[in-house]
Amino acid sequence: MIDFRFFLEIIPQLLAGLPLTLELAGTSILLGLVLALALALAQQGGNPLAVWPIRLFVAIFRGTPLLVQIFLIYYGLGQFRPFLKEIGLWWLFREPYWCAILALTLNTGAYGSEILRGAIRNVPRGLPEAASALGMSRLLTLRFIVLPLALRAAIPAYGNEVILMVKGTSLASIITLMEVTGIAQGLISQSYRAIEVFVAAGAIYLVLNFTIVRALHALEIRLTPYRSR
Amino acid sequence: MTIRLMAALAAALSTLIFAPIASAEDAPKEIKIATEGAYAPWNFTTSDGKLDGLEIELANDLCARMKVKCTIVAQDWDGLIPSLKVGKFDVIMASMFITPKRLETIDFTQPYAVDPSGFAVAKDSELGKLGMSADKFKLDDEASAKDAIEKLKPLLKGKVVGVQAATTNLDFLKTYFADTVEIREYKTTEQHDLDLAAGRIDALFAQRTALAATLAKPEFEEYTIAGPGFVGGVFGLGTGAGVRKEDTKLKEMLNTAIDGAIADGTIKRISEKWVHSDVTPVK
Repeated sequence: MIDFRFFLEIIPQLLAGLPLTLELAGTSILLGLVLALALALAQQGGNPLAVWPIRLFVAIFRGTPLLVQIFLIYYGLGQFRPFLKEIGLWWLFREPYWCAILALTLNTGAYGSEILRGAIRNVPRGLPEAASALGMSRLLTLRFIVLPLALRAAIPAYGNEVILMVKGTSLASIITLMEVTGIAQGLISQSYRAIEVFVAAGAIYLVLNFTIVRALHALEIRLTPYRSR
Repeated sequence: MTIRLMAALAAALSTLIFAPIASAEDAPKEIKIATEGAYAPWNFTTSDGKLDGLEIELANDLCARMKVKCTIVAQDWDGLIPSLKVGKFDVIMASMFITPKRLETIDFTQPYAVDPSGFAVAKDSELGKLGMSADKFKLDDEASAKDAIEKLKPLLKGKVVGVQAATTNLDFLKTYFADTVEIREYKTTEQHDLDLAAGRIDALFAQRTALAATLAKPEFEEYTIAGPGFVGGVFGLGTGAGVRKEDTKLKEMLNTAIDGAIADGTIKRISEKWVHSDVTPVK
């Protein structure tokens, strides 16, 4: 029943979409991490002028589906071309690639900032107090005491977010980007063999995410050598 | 759970699952017809959520001729054939061309319409200045079709062309224009219309009747259908209703009904109402 020749035929075709999947995921995860860190740190001071806009942003991007966000950024903003041209941003919104990166980055930035905010809050209060007693400035305390501990503690939760982003790239095919899922849908429409094609595409994501899980696990162990002793 | 209870449950489940599917032998009394609901004016969803269009009106007419009770449902384009095969509905009427590739998987009735495909571009572009040509080229007639395609190529060089994914229109672009244009694949034609209006793409390639419906909207005033139309070849024999291969009786009934609708001018009347041209297939 299962036709292995067909699998051998479609897997290379699906893998042709892997570079785009990796590019979308890699770029948005990195940019998203920078954004998440900035948003988490900006909330540390407790200044309501910083906190409330960030809370609003996080609420919007966590509370709406990624699919809707991609649609609104691509097709929605596409209808404001004259305005976007005027402010010199049309080059960005013209390309489906950058629209996808933008949507994925903002989405993961919102989730990531909450993960990091929680991790920073979980650093025992005694540590920054001791640092300040030793005469370290707030910046120095953040750099050498709070952030290293918080980032390390955030790895398992952030790993979840990374995996969600890799899978989130599959939505990019709705704005004409032919990554692994987009190619899979094309192959199904040619062969009408949905099960085989989606099994093969699913296997690619599985291998990819398994690699990421192992890598993050290795990183976590490296950063907590005292636990494995 | 006893084995008898499980068997009874399985039987109940199987009647639930298989009941709506017309069997091969008996004439079905009730059928489910699927359309895309996003390909105006052939089939589309109105603002209050109802299905309407040429194919909806034709489907109702055919059902009346067959004396069969019909339900019309909407289904995403790329899931139409897989869903037909697993029995979610019995007939596809979604402006689907009859092609050898599709005939490997499902069966079709005789065509109920023949509608050429073509380009839509901005009026002030090189191709747009040509305007719409009444010529229709049959891709099976390779010499003349190739000539027409070669004439179009320099006018479209480097342009970004939007087309619906998983269609014969995409096959056509991939076969004849892959080295000339950048192809963008969209899930629905409504999405490539939006991107043409947004200026992200330079041209559309679709059935001309669908293009005409799009260009009739005010935001497309600066756009026109340009160049000749293409039929045959990768586009197949025309637009037909898709059925499962084993449903021979249903196919026979549909064919007879289509014969009737062609003979008494119903298809001509309906198509002139919806697409402002007669798409009745010539026998």
